[in-house]
Amino acid sequence: MERILIKDGRIIDPANKIDRIGSVYITDGKIASVTNEPAGFKADRIIDANNQIVCPGFIDLSTRLREPGQGRKATFASETAAAAASGITTMCLQPDTIPVIDARAVAELIKDQAEKTGYTQILPIAALTQKLEGTELSAMLALKDAGCVAVSNANQPVKNLLVLRRAMEYAASHDLLLIFRPNDVWLANNGCVHEGRLSTRYGLPSIPDAAETIALAQCLELAELTGCRVHFGQISSRRSVIKLHQAKKYGLAVSADVAIHQLHLTEDDMIPFDSAYHVLPPFRSMRDKEALREGLANGTIDSICSDHQPHDIDAKLGAFPETEPGVSSLETLLPLMLKLVDQRAITLEQGIAALTHKPAQILQLNSGALTPGFAADLCIFDPEWEWQVNSESWRSQGINTPFWGVTFKGKVTHTLQTGVVI
Amino acid sequence: MMSNNLQLNSEGKLKHFLTIEGLDKALLIEILDLAESFVGTEDQRIKKIPLLRGKSIVNLFFENSTRTRTTFELAARRLSADVLSMSIATSSTSKGESLLDTIRNLEAMYVDMFVVRHGISGAAHFIAQHAAPNVSVINAGDGQHAHPTQAMLDMFTIRQMKGDFANLRVAIVGDILHSRVARSDIQALNTLGVAEVRVIAPKTLLPAQVESMGVTVSHNLADGLKDIDVIIMLRLQKERMSAALLPSESEYFKCFGLTEKRLKIAKPDAIVMHPGPINRGVEIDSNVADGPQSVILKQVSNGIAIRMAIMAMAMQKQEGL
Repeated sequence: MERILIKDGRIIDPANKIDRIGSVYITDGKIASVTNEPAGFKADRIIDANNQIVCPGFIDLSTRLREPGQGRKATFASETAAAAASGITTMCLQPDTIPVIDARAVAELIKDQAEKTGYTQILPIAALTQKLEGTELSAMLALKDAGCVAVSNANQPVKNLLVLRRAMEYAASHDLLLIFRPNDVWLANNGCVHEGRLSTRYGLPSIPDAAETIALAQCLELAELTGCRVHFGQISSRRSVIKLHQAKKYGLAVSADVAIHQLHLTEDDMIPFDSAYHVLPPFRSMRDKEALREGLANGTIDSICSDHQPHDIDAKLGAFPETEPGVSSLETLLPLMLKLVDQRAITLEQGIAALTHKPAQILQLNSGALTPGFAADLCIFDPEWEWQVNSESWRSQGINTPFWGVTFKGKVTHTLQTGVVI
Repeated sequence: MMSNNLQLNSEGKLKHFLTIEGLDKALLIEILDLAESFVGTEDQRIKKIPLLRGKSIVNLFFENSTRTRTTFELAARRLSADVLSMSIATSSTSKGESLLDTIRNLEAMYVDMFVVRHGISGAAHFIAQHAAPNVSVINAGDGQHAHPTQAMLDMFTIRQMKGDFANLRVAIVGDILHSRVARSDIQALNTLGVAEVRVIAPKTLLPAQVESMGVTVSHNLADGLKDIDVIIMLRLQKERMSAALLPSESEYFKCFGLTEKRLKIAKPDAIVMHPGPINRGVEIDSNVADGPQSVILKQVSNGIAIRMAIMAMAMQKQEGL
């Protein structure tokens, strides 16, 4: 394998508390050393990272790549290319594929297909219940053996708290992480926007923040009862942040992420009836956004995910409530994180940790850091490079983003996956 | 904002009529004045004005309506347009694509204007966004969002009865949450500068942060009607009971039904309005609905003049008249 020297970059590796100009040495697809040249190292390839930032590759805890089952929206090939162009080296795949990831064969098929066609690593998340129907437990252990990194019921409800309790007990028995997007379907009541000024003005079916916080509070209680490790995905409200803060202070083994666009957009930013803004959980109030930013800064929220959901054009073509929710968001992940740093909501080190070391910790992976011996998954980016979101720059098959046409700062120049430039 | 620009052309003239939001007072007054000039055409022996002769208008009703569809049809005919009404049954599975296909097909037949009623909020905006540049879209009610022609006929009726908007206190009573009429009325009344818009309903029938629309709130009809000049009653749908929003029709009537006794709490010359169809004995007592203070049927007649005015103005943008 190629021996690679990445030289003169600003190395930021939050896990190892490194932030300095220096070099990274890669041999056999692994990090050999940071800063100090290993004895007898001879580079086959030198990457000049002058004026660029070198950090671990990004780990994305929530993506939908539409394969298997919805190839007209996106494929592993299209989306891993978009990920590679965006510094993302590992993507967790939500289990609501077609078919659902509730059987060993599906998980294996996904791993095979991903390896054959994809640029970046794809880690399937197993369905918590069979067919995600919320009634019977999936074969979690077999799914874990097949390479699933966690269990989740994605956006589907679990029938009742008894089923959820048992699923959590079973997951805990096999030390499986539950990824839980808190949403009470009854309170959400088929809503499509945040319950507030916007829903009132435009007469749109609305989702109160309590739909999220009540489900979160229930799951926190069950986490204590069952001892199951829980990661809350795509938190969107201020009161969720408060509840999580209390739970962590109390000592529960829980973590949480936020979708990157939730840290930037609110109901007030939505162009009325523009389906590009149709996302679940919905864009909430300014107060919620500020609390999410604070929660990220003070560690209540551990990591940032893209919550990538590419769509075909038809899925977004209709009256707002009838369109499909979701944003294609792999490629805006880094620039939107850098914007948070620019706006002094978080430090650059915190931003990088939220995309690398923190998600690796949540999944208990030996990655997300430039520790010698770890797979050489790296991202090199130019924080000053300006680029516009348009059909020339965009790689994902889904062009459903509210940021279309926006000019961002920060572009990935190299992504390395186990020591290979992709 | 797009929703505002979408309905105006580059000269600020009406191109589509989708919502009251974003339209200024001068434009609303212009609509009322033009409608006034059409009042009286009904009484003439020949009821037609050749303003839209040779124009094709299609009424696309994805939701049932007798009154609105009929008045739009009559208004179009009185302007000498060719009009076709289509009722399109929608299933819950029908998607925007098929909506778009319907529009495209009709456009291919050189239609000049669509009058659209649809059960989903934002449907009229969607059609206007995707319609050919020379086609106008009039919103005849979309989901719970807007019913701007109803709001304008309400304003027309209020002006007819009260003369001026400046010192009026207007109460809107009932299911504000699900009402596109309420939303459009609130916006129109505030744009025209009334003294107060008061919404009166139980919490279950009020949308979140309703005050942000520029209204005061009361949960009690008896107190809420004090000093009120105009009472707009809203229709209560039967589904509201099964959705656990209300216990029963009789309890609703007890708290929010407009009776002769309650009407006395409002100003003595208060007028009573209702967008129809009315549920006698549910939101309004028959004695009130048919009583001297009721202008409910006047609203219906005014609907024709208002819709003539709006269709004529929206069509003007093409003629450069």
